[in-house]
Amino acid sequence: MSFVQNYPFFSIVLSLLCAVVSFVVPARWGKRLTYFLLCASLYMQTHLLVFCAAGHVSFSYMMGHYPAPWGNEVAAGIIEPLMALLFVVVILLSISGGGQHIAADIKDDRQNLYWVMVDLAHVSLMALCYTNDIFTGYVFIEICTIASCALLCIRENGRALIASVRYMVFALIGSGLFLIGVIYTYAITGHLLFPQLYDAIQALWAEGTYRFSMTAAIGLMTAGLAIKSGLFPFHFWMPDTYGRATPASSGILSGVVSKGYIFLLIKVIYRVIGADIFAASGVQTVLLLFGIGGMIVGSVSAILSRRITTMVAFSSAAQIGYVFMGLGMGGQAALAAVFFQILSHALTKPMLFLASRDLSEAAGGHEEFRYLRGAAHRNPIAGAAFTVGALSMVGVPVFAGFIPKLYFATASFGMGWRTWAVLLALAVSTVLNVLYFLYTAMVIWMPGTSEQREYRTERTAHGIWAMVVFVVLNVAVGLSSTGIAALLTQGFDLFCR
Amino acid sequence: MTAMFTHIVSNYEEVVAVILFCIGFCMLLFSRNLLKKVIGLDIMDTGVFLLLADRGYIAGRTVPIITDGVSDMTRYINPIPAGLVLTGIVVSVSVSALMLSLTVRIYKTYRTLDMDKLYLMISNRRKGGRA
Repeated sequence: MSFVQNYPFFSIVLSLLCAVVSFVVPARWGKRLTYFLLCASLYMQTHLLVFCAAGHVSFSYMMGHYPAPWGNEVAAGIIEPLMALLFVVVILLSISGGGQHIAADIKDDRQNLYWVMVDLAHVSLMALCYTNDIFTGYVFIEICTIASCALLCIRENGRALIASVRYMVFALIGSGLFLIGVIYTYAITGHLLFPQLYDAIQALWAEGTYRFSMTAAIGLMTAGLAIKSGLFPFHFWMPDTYGRATPASSGILSGVVSKGYIFLLIKVIYRVIGADIFAASGVQTVLLLFGIGGMIVGSVSAILSRRITTMVAFSSAAQIGYVFMGLGMGGQAALAAVFFQILSHALTKPMLFLASRDLSEAAGGHEEFRYLRGAAHRNPIAGAAFTVGALSMVGVPVFAGFIPKLYFATASFGMGWRTWAVLLALAVSTVLNVLYFLYTAMVIWMPGTSEQREYRTERTAHGIWAMVVFVVLNVAVGLSSTGIAALLTQGFDLFCR
Repeated sequence: MTAMFTHIVSNYEEVVAVILFCIGFCMLLFSRNLLKKVIGLDIMDTGVFLLLADRGYIAGRTVPIITDGVSDMTRYINPIPAGLVLTGIVVSVSVSALMLSLTVRIYKTYRTLDMDKLYLMISNRRKGGRA
């Protein structure tokens, strides 16, 4: 066994260790520890990705002393470290970009707790990426929920507290449904590890026994994770949650936490249930319809918003709709589009939240559009970042957001009525995206009034660098899609059973 | 119809678990009072744990602790669901603690636990701020 194969385990254990130490040390040491953890994790995920891609290998790693099917396992191929790498990069850039807001929004005596929660969010996301056990998946879903809620409510203003309760209620309903689904699956198959579950489910489905119970279990697990990710019609917690948190938390919650749940769902579909059984169960078609609904309703809600953060948050609901539409289409071409959508959204949305907060500060602390005229002139870096993010979300070529739209359209051909539904949804959603994103981009670059010109904002070097790196990554993904697609195709060979 | 009734009676633990889950689910989703939402969460979790524990129970067998040196598997019930229930209880307690702490903070800030009143107060404040 190569030493590199220990990295998933190291990523998880090191995060837990850093979280415990951060709890007892002063905030500045907690912050340093979190940066150390994220940099170490960045190195480990990159090394593991290179190892798996170069050797075209996937492996499972026994946790503890008991082998499968009794013990616990983590597993990695190409897709798992790729997603883990994306999550680490986005968390790192979000806390770098939002560092000055963390200092301003959170009381000094609570700041070390913020770093504890970032460490816990990191550990849960790493575990969701690498786990090969469905009950471990549930446990880390709950840890992720607790860390996310704490990242939101640590701002301690009234709205953030109420937003936290609303977020928790939907998250807990999702967890409850997922757990019931897991229990039914265990009751039918007698297994918890992915490979054994897959074999048992394939055998049962082929025999034709327990089909109704299995369909119910698939539906419950999918519904639970969809509710937690914010799929329409369960997306109404998003504006308050993303809009009321400190920008670094908004970036982490919208950029990676929701993607962690979605990635677990993808693992459940392709490594536990099997793509064919998922399609035959009918749940796939339901996801397609709700995904399309999310794309349209999220965009319409964004258009009706009067505040920039609410608009960006509702746009997340629309973007999550794209992901679920892709999962509802089925097939590896659509799955590639889903991963491109996850990649582009994770790299764009935190940048939009950071830029929105800077622009609202450049408008005297107002988030309403009528006050934002000329804000980009007073903070050109935030203005440029918001404009790049807006162009990416609309789907302009060169930027990351164009690639998933192209892949979704290409993947939809030859699917009967689904082709027309997907193409129509893509067209309508793109038009709606243009309406609210380009309108906002125009408003922020319009000349402001003389009173507004007095507002000045200062940005730390870290913040500026984070914005620049987000922009560079966004364009890099947009320009190097062929290479990423080849890596994804190679990864699917190891990932999809 | 008789067969269905017999099936329900013979699986009464599962029926109770599902009823508990539904009661908790509805309280968590529809109750206006924050404290009742937390109670609903706990009832919902209890239903889930009952269902899980029931899945591991095998009539006529004993707890999975090796006594008198007997290691024959057929003597004991399935220990895995019990382990999962314990893990689930730890998670549930953590989540309940977080929800209760949020409830206390909200009460200290707004002096009410009614979600409708809370939303009304927030929307009034926002309108006042705009004016």
